[in-house]
Amino acid sequence: MTPATGVFHRTYGSELRLRTTTAAQVRLVLAVVALVVAPFVITPYWMTVAIQVGIAAIGALGLNILTGFTGQISLGHGGFLAVGAYTSALLVTRLGLPTGVTVLAAIVVTAAVGALFGLPALRLKGLYLAIATLAAQQIILWVVRNTTWLTGGTGSVFVDYPTIAGFRFDNDFRWYWVVLACAAVATMVARNLFRVGIGRAFMAIRDQDIAAEAIGVNLTRYKVLAFAVSSGFAGLAGALTAHWTQIVTWERFTLSVSILYLAMIIVGGLSSIVGSLMGAAFMIIVPALLTQGAQSLEGSFLSRQLPAVELFVFGLVIVLFLIFEPRGLARMWQRTKDYLRLWPFRY
Amino acid sequence: MGVNQLVVDGVSLSFGGVDALRDVSLTVRQGDIHAVIGPNGAGKTSLLNCTSGLYRPQAGSIAYHQADATTELTRTRPDRVAALGVARSFQNIELFRHLTVLDNLMLGRHTRMRHSLAAALAWFGPARRQELEHREVVEEIIDLLEIQLHRHAPVGALSYGIQKRVELGRALALEPGLLLLDEPMAGMNTEEKEDMARFVLDVNELKGVTCVLIEHDMDVVMDISDRVTVLNFGQVIGDGTPDEVSGSPAVIEAYLGSEAATEGVA
Ligand SMILES: Nc1ncnc2c1ncn2[C@@H]1O[C@H](COP(=O)(O)OP(=O)(O)O)[C@@H](O)[C@H]1O
Ligand SMILES: [Mg+2]
Repeated sequence: MTPATGVFHRTYGSELRLRTTTAAQVRLVLAVVALVVAPFVITPYWMTVAIQVGIAAIGALGLNILTGFTGQISLGHGGFLAVGAYTSALLVTRLGLPTGVTVLAAIVVTAAVGALFGLPALRLKGLYLAIATLAAQQIILWVVRNTTWLTGGTGSVFVDYPTIAGFRFDNDFRWYWVVLACAAVATMVARNLFRVGIGRAFMAIRDQDIAAEAIGVNLTRYKVLAFAVSSGFAGLAGALTAHWTQIVTWERFTLSVSILYLAMIIVGGLSSIVGSLMGAAFMIIVPALLTQGAQSLEGSFLSRQLPAVELFVFGLVIVLFLIFEPRGLARMWQRTKDYLRLWPFRY
Repeated sequence: MGVNQLVVDGVSLSFGGVDALRDVSLTVRQGDIHAVIGPNGAGKTSLLNCTSGLYRPQAGSIAYHQADATTELTRTRPDRVAALGVARSFQNIELFRHLTVLDNLMLGRHTRMRHSLAAALAWFGPARRQELEHREVVEEIIDLLEIQLHRHAPVGALSYGIQKRVELGRALALEPGLLLLDEPMAGMNTEEKEDMARFVLDVNELKGVTCVLIEHDMDVVMDISDRVTVLNFGQVIGDGTPDEVSGSPAVIEAYLGSEAATEGVA
């Protein structure tokens, strides 16, 4: 990653640190304070929105690892979220395993399924790979809708709120902390990945796969690994959704969800960790604002046509970003930081 | 002089109706700078691609000899070839455009790193220590190639000449036993060519790296290479020291053209 202008290092070790300036540390502290204070001050409506953002952030990080950093486009992310949700929920309802264990199992199983559906990536690129992952999406949904022994033919699974170490997670306040912790860990894990050789190999494949192979990167292994890691994140996000909402239905994991996640990483910024978080927040909060606006304007055009308005705004936002800032919110954020650091000098 | 390091024997490669290589044999000795010359379309790049495992020839063998083992490169995957210590550059720069010079060079260390997913995800001590160790090697190469100023620049933003250097650097970072360079000086001005020739000589002399060099500039070829192989329409039409090759009538006729033949070759 390109370092900020005007920042100098004395050792190679200090360059490897994530936050090298006081400003960066201050920003981190402010963010932590805001995230800790938020659940005590926001309304219940915004509490559910915050939890959705946290879960979406985990999923978006996963997709960005695959599509942004490794350059393998995927329309199957919704399907992988479904694998995580159904795996964890079914392991609880059928085998009575503790939820902590089933969530970990969901991550592993989804990673494995992702690796399997990543195999076409060994031969296909770009649009062709998009179609192959679209097939993955449809196959997974078909399986959960039609296998009677899995879901009883209804495609839905109900799970009770989990109790972990005598503590019952049965309200949004408690879920907020669970999701925040998971999202924080997911963010750290994703950042670490791109500080070492594996993450570099992913980016090399994205930029020039033949050169990557000629310098010693095993394309088979690393493409499959990228699908697995990416799907592992989706597995976690899916499992969290399942236990938080207490119900898993296939309607929540359709192709439009895959596309929503692609929109998140485009709006947030491809191959940017912080961009994944921003994109997730943006794509969840904007519809939430619209919904709230519509409620306060009861009976108006906006409230009657809400789904259509949401779709319109959704499309408009993506188009505007593609035209004016293809590198997304992350790039805008970077520019703001540079501006502030160099202020009042401009050069 | 040296022992044989790369032995190409009877290699033939065709694309549909086009014969890119026809029964090509040549031997690269350890420690040599071995030039491969020939007009455009003669099959030079195809030969390198067969050697680095990117193309599978229909016939023939390419044996890579190391002290303890011999490997048949025509049956080896490109990443395995790299792991054996065969590094290359490409005719049309193939760098990782969005990555910095540093990251491009660090990728040259890929085969020499241990990659554990668990350690990477958690950024354990060993992963960090490994990064620092390899960074030392990469910094030496950065110094050798005089690209210190560009260390943190994304390579896509650098000039053509610097990009060519970075590509050489990435190959060097592998600490190769055999370096395959596909027209490293193409499109450069005289000064840049001299720099590049000096780097190749440095690498060859200081580090003892064997080089296969595809190059069009005959002055450079005559100056720095120990042996020359001439390809024309996929066939070897000349092989020997620079003097032998430049004196060969077949080579003058086919490669340098009849006008050069009448003028005589320096
Ligand atoms: N991937 C390919 N597909 C089809 N034809 C190719 C391919 N690579 C090389 N060729 C053909 O093989 C011949 C030799 O090409 P090349 O090895 O690039 O020559 P040189 O590097 O000497 O200019 C040319 O006729 C070229 O068109
Ligand atoms: Mg060529």
